[in-house]
Amino acid sequence: MADYTIKVRRFQPESGEGPYWEEFNVDLDPSLSVLDGLLQAKDRDDGSLAVRCSCRAAICGSCGMKVNGQSTLGCKTQIGEAQEQADKMVGAAGVSAAVADSPIRGEGSDLGSAGNPIVIEPMGNMPVIKDLITDMESTHWTKIRRVTPWLLPHGEPPEREYVVEPESMIDITQSMACIQCGACVSSCLSMEADPGFIGPAALAKAYRFVGDPRDAETHERLHDLADDPHGIYDCTHCFSCIDACPKGVAPMDQIMRLRRKAGEEGIEDPNAGHDHEIAFVKVIEKKGLLDEALLVQESYAPGIKGKLKPSKRGLTETIKSLPTILRPLRKRKVKLRQAIPGLHHGLPKEAMGDVKSIYAHAEEHSEELNLYIRGEEGDDAQPDGAAAEEVTND
Amino acid sequence: MPSHDVLVIGAGLAGQRAALAAAEEGVSVGIISKVHPVRSHSNAAQGGINAALNPGDSWESHAFDTIKGSDYLSDQDAVEIMTREAPEEILHLEHLGVTFHRNEEGKLGTRAFGGASAARTYYVADITGQAIMHVLYEQLMKYSEQIARYEEWFCSSLAIDENGECCGVVTRNVADGQVELFQAKSVILCTGGNGMVWKPSTNALICTGDGIAMAYRAGAKLMDMEMIQYHPTTLAGKGFLITEGARGEGAHLLNAKGERFMERYAPNKMELASRDVVSRAEQTEINEGRGFPDGTVALDITVVPKKRVHEALREIVLVGRDFAGVDITREPIHIKPGNHYTMGGVKTDVDGRTDIPGLYSAGETACVSVHGGNRLGANSLLDTLIFGKRSGRDAAARAKRIDYARASKQVLEDEENLVADIISREKGSGRRISEIKLELGQTMDAKVAVFRDEAGITEALETVRRLKEEAKTAYIDDHGSVFNQDLLGAIELGYMLDNAECTCVAALERKESRGAQYRTDFPERNDTDWLKHIDLERTDDGPEISYSEVTITQWEPQERTY
Repeated sequence: MADYTIKVRRFQPESGEGPYWEEFNVDLDPSLSVLDGLLQAKDRDDGSLAVRCSCRAAICGSCGMKVNGQSTLGCKTQIGEAQEQADKMVGAAGVSAAVADSPIRGEGSDLGSAGNPIVIEPMGNMPVIKDLITDMESTHWTKIRRVTPWLLPHGEPPEREYVVEPESMIDITQSMACIQCGACVSSCLSMEADPGFIGPAALAKAYRFVGDPRDAETHERLHDLADDPHGIYDCTHCFSCIDACPKGVAPMDQIMRLRRKAGEEGIEDPNAGHDHEIAFVKVIEKKGLLDEALLVQESYAPGIKGKLKPSKRGLTETIKSLPTILRPLRKRKVKLRQAIPGLHHGLPKEAMGDVKSIYAHAEEHSEELNLYIRGEEGDDAQPDGAAAEEVTND
Repeated sequence: MPSHDVLVIGAGLAGQRAALAAAEEGVSVGIISKVHPVRSHSNAAQGGINAALNPGDSWESHAFDTIKGSDYLSDQDAVEIMTREAPEEILHLEHLGVTFHRNEEGKLGTRAFGGASAARTYYVADITGQAIMHVLYEQLMKYSEQIARYEEWFCSSLAIDENGECCGVVTRNVADGQVELFQAKSVILCTGGNGMVWKPSTNALICTGDGIAMAYRAGAKLMDMEMIQYHPTTLAGKGFLITEGARGEGAHLLNAKGERFMERYAPNKMELASRDVVSRAEQTEINEGRGFPDGTVALDITVVPKKRVHEALREIVLVGRDFAGVDITREPIHIKPGNHYTMGGVKTDVDGRTDIPGLYSAGETACVSVHGGNRLGANSLLDTLIFGKRSGRDAAARAKRIDYARASKQVLEDEENLVADIISREKGSGRRISEIKLELGQTMDAKVAVFRDEAGITEALETVRRLKEEAKTAYIDDHGSVFNQDLLGAIELGYMLDNAECTCVAALERKESRGAQYRTDFPERNDTDWLKHIDLERTDDGPEISYSEVTITQWEPQERTY
């Protein structure tokens, strides 16, 4: 047993007052969860403290919330760990700044004092209904329905099961592992900038159909998600959703898969992301280091083995990037050599062997993108998802 | 007044399947759930779903395993229906988009499970219930024009018309506290089990026996209420579930001396004997001093190849790491038997019909009975789907035959009075709801669990009756309308106490040991006197006991060994 102070951002809609902070003292085993702490406060002190919860075991997805500023599930975050995290964060820019900046009344700015409270807030990017309860219907679920979230097979089903590659089912099971908790939506930086963004959860759901060999509308789905200005190219690759996801779904990875598939379908990426990815791989393979000038050229006008193959778009984009190159040149942050495609130095020849072996390894394991097919006999590495989740708990 | 031909209460697997089946018949359907449907507890069914679909397997074999597992208390006509219809249902789910595990040929693959004579469990990693439920919810979204969803509406009582037929429900919109009488021609209760009556339990906090209590209060019979399953592998203290799939994949059970003790209790099936058998074996080891000091034995998953663990038991890797601090691929994890499943429930026929015309029930709420004294692993998902479907169809057929009956506004007034009464109680005037729940849960886990006797059950029953009185004056803190979870908790406590009372009465009545009911004062199964169901009906003085026959088609009761 240990004593903890949890500091909850509360909002009682019928009080006529704005949100406020309230601290509760709880005592429980450090291995119990933040949700257990909240439930103890609710049981002992104030039954009006509102939080959605059900399974307590990270399978129902009810208790999405922010703990010390990080979007997660209350039931999956051990209170002892949350305390350590709170102690580490004092004085840092993270939560304390966020709390101090919050335009709400109450004693929110005493985070610097000893025995720092664990700070609990409702999820972000969603309207708050009461205390930790958010309106997921108007945000999360509306977006889920946006991606036509049901299987659209061709014609009548077969007499028995659809026969499909075993790996294909394992592949989309990563998306199926999503419990619709909204933690990724809460953490999504793109959605903060563009509330219309379809978002990580709904796009991960979309991959569950795009990646499903039984679905007959792959092409239509990809066009739909690519043509929408709030669609797959709206993600800024910030990894927040991967950090937040309590189930290892890695929504951003699913979005990248959608982009890759869109590229394969010949859909033009407005950010040239698909070509950029290919160019990146090619440049590193060739030089071992990132030649940024070459990367620009290659991304918009992929040449063969580094030779310039001018295209209309490549030329316009290169011209557009000139001010970006000229500014650091003027300030002498970049040498001329680094600004001209192909002149940047590479790794010494003897080091290129290591680069080659990394590429060879990646090539051999290319099918193991998915956490469900991770882990070989005697392989001590943790599965992908587990590794991703530890970030959440740190 | 909102009205639907068929109104489904509860949106787990049974409820969603019932709603979809009713909608297919072309009637208007409403589905009400106190939580968002995907939060329902069907999520927690990890291991899989049974069906005799493989060449060489047969429904008869599946039926026999189920009946033997039930300790011959299941009704064999119902078991036949469930096992015969299982293969078609699996294929239906596959066609809807469930991402079932495939074998190397790309066809549906299976795993082994407890109490089964063939590997006939179909699965999606160890998220089978979640995967199926999310796919059914996809279908609910697809058919949103036919099926109205009332997400986060809490049902508090059934409306019965002057002919004694069910004609609607009283329900509260959790978001704003608005209370309404919903009218229906058929009502299907699919609200899950009552695990919260015990503490700890593998069940979710929402599993408070709502449907069982509402049906009981409306006058429907309950059956087999003494049959409460304790799952053999739950985490000590927290009650979290470790799937039977772990043993299906080959994990061992060890006592503190490192002995694989199942050799002494079930030499043939070992760890894969029926759950009641394994739970009793573990509890015996613990009681006789061969367990660990924390009152547990060990589940050793390190004997399963790592790659297979990561592929097929990933959720358990996470549960071990996040909730017990144990890497299950490297060391054994401490487990004990824990409350898990309600075999009994609202007495229904094979089409989900209860004793009250117009009132149906399916899934864990209902007792058809296919599970009898003990449910086999991976038969619960099957039960929800088969009898969800069948009750949905029959409820729709009834709705087509009849007109809406007039529901009396009296139930609505009663409800409003009850709420007003709870809210008016002064702080400090009685006990806190949470205190009563804790005492109830601990009492039931101590006295009405794996091993039972007359003295213990009697004590538990007396405690429950005292708590029922105390609940009448228990106060709440929240007096508002928006998401008043405090108020719902008070109503749920009432449901839990009714469930507990019925379980105690039935457990006291059954003077033999069968399935999950093990009476140390009557340690043998007694087919002469007790091969029958105990039915309970509500009276002002408590549950009134009657009996009903067990239907036997082709499997005569035999001695049960594994």
